[in-house]
Amino acid sequence: MNVRSYYARKLHSLLGVFPLGLFIIEHALANYTAFEGGPEGFQRSVNFLHNLPLIFFLELFIIWLPILFHGIYGLYLAYQSDINVGRYPYARNWAFVMQRLTGLITFVFVGWHFYETRFQVMLGNVTYDELGSHMHQIASDPVHFALYAIGAIAAMFHFANGLWAFLVSWGITVGPRAQRVSARICMGIWVILSALFILSLVGFNNEEFALTAAIAAGGSVR
Amino acid sequence: MAETATKARTVRFIIERRDSPDSAPYFEEFDIPYRPNMNVISALMEIQRNPVNAKGERTKPVVWESNCLEEVCGACSMVINGKPRQACSALVDKLEWPIRLSPMKTFPVVRDLIVDRSRMFEALKRVKAWIPIDGTYDLGPGPRMPEHKRQWAYELSKCMTCGVCLEACPNVNDRSTFIGPAAISQVRLFNAHPTGAMHAHERLEALMADGGIEGCGNSQNCVRSCPKGIPLTTSIAAVNGETTRYLFRKWLTS
Repeated sequence: MNVRSYYARKLHSLLGVFPLGLFIIEHALANYTAFEGGPEGFQRSVNFLHNLPLIFFLELFIIWLPILFHGIYGLYLAYQSDINVGRYPYARNWAFVMQRLTGLITFVFVGWHFYETRFQVMLGNVTYDELGSHMHQIASDPVHFALYAIGAIAAMFHFANGLWAFLVSWGITVGPRAQRVSARICMGIWVILSALFILSLVGFNNEEFALTAAIAAGGSVR
Repeated sequence: MAETATKARTVRFIIERRDSPDSAPYFEEFDIPYRPNMNVISALMEIQRNPVNAKGERTKPVVWESNCLEEVCGACSMVINGKPRQACSALVDKLEWPIRLSPMKTFPVVRDLIVDRSRMFEALKRVKAWIPIDGTYDLGPGPRMPEHKRQWAYELSKCMTCGVCLEACPNVNDRSTFIGPAAISQVRLFNAHPTGAMHAHERLEALMADGGIEGCGNSQNCVRSCPKGIPLTTSIAAVNGETTRYLFRKWLTS
């Protein structure tokens, strides 16, 4: 690496929490509208997001560039780590290994998920109005449902445990008690965000979403 | 000690050996006559006295390093039954038998159980783990240290550069240049000292260079393994905070 690794590592840590963590929360809440508000609720979220000003730049700077840097540099960091939970089977050492493992899973999952959804929109195969029915197709296939659930749980662990590590790496939680408390809070965040994504999948699985394509075609949203 | 009934007992040692830095490692087993209260060092001394392995063959005596024999010098660190620790404080009565010994392979192995811990001493030089007091004239006494700070700083000063934390750390390996937990904790110690603090920025700069503090991945094995109970992860997080504040101060004032 040509860049001084201190800065690269700090940027990696910051990007994981600031743009990407915020994006994850936004994504979880927007998807959850599919469970809470059904097709109409979800469509409102989609429309709201796509009507944001400078949406291209928001996506570029809050999602695409941070994900690329965080993902690729993260692979390099995982490559630099040994796994020694056999000798040191402590909870934090397991979390260290899981952080790297869930990072790899998330890398593959995000790539695949991007291809299945956002990339199809870019190609014009799926319109914003058809996203609900598109997601219904994905969520109603048991294999897809399972893989998406695993991907979401892994990604949320990576985020929640990464948030814990962020607090340590920036010198915010210093002592062992502070780190224990923040670990509990972060594991709570993992459970809550995972639940939101799984409930969204359950929401998309609802037959109502199969009809949204028809509604969109007939009812012409904007 | 009422251990007279155990006269004929022997303790099996399984030792990972190597004849030179480049030669292949191999295992050799030894049966050591049991004595009450023996430690791993006294067993190794027994092999030195009578270098005969479990098959009854004469062999090269196993070599190791040790000095103080009271867990303060750090020289006799080795992997005992899977965990790195000091051989002098590893009591045979408290270990699972057979007892397995191997060198701390995070470091270059010199021969048998002897490793080269030079990288740790180089790391201490890199972070300037000392307090410069020399001048061309008498500088007089330095500022006093608050008692509460002295108390935790004393804990950090117990570090004996034994290498156990580096051996336990999954990020100290040949794919990474991570300096390891010990030197980071020493930066906290010397930056906490009122005279040492005058050079705090030099130590922080050293840890912000490649192979510095950024290599920590928070597995926290170091604090679980440290034989002196040094709060290494607290030191790392505290120095993380110091480097963060230093980074912003530097950006905003330059």
